[in-house]
Amino acid sequence: MTNNTVVSCRDLRKHYPDVKAVDGIDLDVQAGECFGLLGPNGAGKTTTIEILEGLNVPDGGEVRILGLNWRDNERELRERIGVSLQETQLAEKLTVYETLRLFRSFYRNGPDPDDLLQRLSLDEKRNARVGKLSGGQKQRLAVACALVGEPDILFLDEPTTGLDPQSRLQLWEVVAGYRARGGTVLLTTHYMEEAERLCDRVAIIDHGKRIALGTPRELIAKLEATNIIEFESVPALDESAFQSIEGFHGALRRGTRWQLRVDSLAVAVPQLLSAIETREARLETLTTHAATLEDLFVALTGRELRDV
Amino acid sequence: MSEPQKRPTHPPLVELTIVRLKEFLREPDAVFWVFVFPLLLTVALGFAFREKAPDRIPVGIVDGPHAKQQLDALKKSPALGPRIYSEREGREELRRGRISLLVAANPSPVYSFDATRPEARTAKVEVDDALQTAAGRRDVFRAKETQVTEQGARYIDFLVPGLIGMNLMGTGMWSIGYTVVNARLRKLLKRMLATPMRKTHFFAAQFFSRLVFLVLEVALVTLFAWLVFDVSIRGSALAFMTTCLLGGAAFGGLGLLLASRAKTLEAISGLMNVVMMPMWVCSGVFFTYERFPDAVKPVIRALPLTALNDALRAVMNDGYGLMQIGPQLLYLAVWTIVTAAIALKIFRWS
Repeated sequence: MTNNTVVSCRDLRKHYPDVKAVDGIDLDVQAGECFGLLGPNGAGKTTTIEILEGLNVPDGGEVRILGLNWRDNERELRERIGVSLQETQLAEKLTVYETLRLFRSFYRNGPDPDDLLQRLSLDEKRNARVGKLSGGQKQRLAVACALVGEPDILFLDEPTTGLDPQSRLQLWEVVAGYRARGGTVLLTTHYMEEAERLCDRVAIIDHGKRIALGTPRELIAKLEATNIIEFESVPALDESAFQSIEGFHGALRRGTRWQLRVDSLAVAVPQLLSAIETREARLETLTTHAATLEDLFVALTGRELRDV
Repeated sequence: MSEPQKRPTHPPLVELTIVRLKEFLREPDAVFWVFVFPLLLTVALGFAFREKAPDRIPVGIVDGPHAKQQLDALKKSPALGPRIYSEREGREELRRGRISLLVAANPSPVYSFDATRPEARTAKVEVDDALQTAAGRRDVFRAKETQVTEQGARYIDFLVPGLIGMNLMGTGMWSIGYTVVNARLRKLLKRMLATPMRKTHFFAAQFFSRLVFLVLEVALVTLFAWLVFDVSIRGSALAFMTTCLLGGAAFGGLGLLLASRAKTLEAISGLMNVVMMPMWVCSGVFFTYERFPDAVKPVIRALPLTALNDALRAVMNDGYGLMQIGPQLLYLAVWTIVTAAIALKIFRWS
């Protein structure tokens, strides 16, 4: 933990009767960075972020936000952080402007609601009822409500879940705009792409534990492989068939499909094809892609993000 | 991240209250139940039970040589509605209770009637009087009559305060209970908790917005009842307003208490009905609770709706002032404080 650390937690724990939602998580978020909690649904991301937001009380561990703790400094912290919860439904009968104006009234400082609407491209919807907005517009309004107190830290829980690609892009721009003004962001997501695009650093969470931490690039490098080959053959091959491939780092079987982690596609693909041929198997499908955080998650847990 | 600046909005309590008022007015259903429905109920019940001129008592005359003459004599009485029947028909009608008395001429009149029925006894006096007069009887003196319909003693006078009370109960509990549970359901409460908003402001805004509508809805029903049914407030306006406000506060507190933990709209609806049902029945909205056994009356009187109805009737019909409705106001104040205190203690924001 350095002087620059704005969010930190040590050995965070939250146990429910049937599940250890958070099971000893350590995090440090630096001022000005965008930090992502990445993991499948039910991994403990929301419980973790809600504890950091002071909306949930941990069973154990320590939390410091901007050097303060929730027990003694709640009002001060509420003024200085902005929060967008997962799936909050704002009042449908109010207009966009009325909603933002209400939230603005809660804070000492912050932008004029109209300026903020313009910044988030919601000015055209100023007088529209919240109930009539599209999913993307609702989500931008939710983020606007989080920004209306001019926070030092912005907490976003699954900000783009369920949004179409264009709305997601617009929301990313909003986050980028906030960071350009010097803000710190802590977000949760189960989209690898979002984590790779937005976050300076990512913690991968699974079963309430932090199973990896680093920049997206560092994490992908941990795979010790830059590329992924996925293929199916009839009959399916045995894992021993891959051992001779140069730059092979590991394989994972998913039904009839194999997923191989390799260094170079140019080297590995021909060798794989010949291995298939020598075993007199027939190749059904073959795809390749550059390794992503998703592949890291699969390599770490043996599960795909969307399965869980 | 910036210097303190002038707020571009009203203070949070004002903003919260305004927002609540707007939300309400944009909910057509709510507007109907709070403002239109009580008026419809007042109209329907007011007309159904309105005071009519006393009915003429139906009496029968057995057809015969003197029947026509007797008919003319009885028609002179304002209290009687005579008709000529055949002997058999007349007996039949009397047996069924459609006429209260049957006159036969034999040649002097014979009255058949059921002496256990007050109306029949009245009919006998009236019929005898009319026939005697027609036969030439002279009254020794003639008394003057004054008709009395005391304002405040009609059924509509009883009904209107009851309706105001019932309305304050329904709208007070629903508007607060429903709003709070709905906001919890939509995670809006939790979202508010994540702001520097003061919790007391949230609750106060619920009460203040409720207050605005309370004044409107009471004024509407009262004005309507005054214009259409000539129901007026005979006691002090201050006592009337105090009663309404305390009643509104008591039901607001009760609504908040029921909503303090409920997580679904079904749960809050069920709770509301369980709590309101006994009061609809026992608290003297449509009929007096005086007929309940004496043993339960103290309990009934302590119910918030009973206390409210009793106080409203005392002020509107009996012309009482603040001092005389002290016990009822005390009940309402206790209800308000106790329910609100428990509600705030056990309230869940998520």
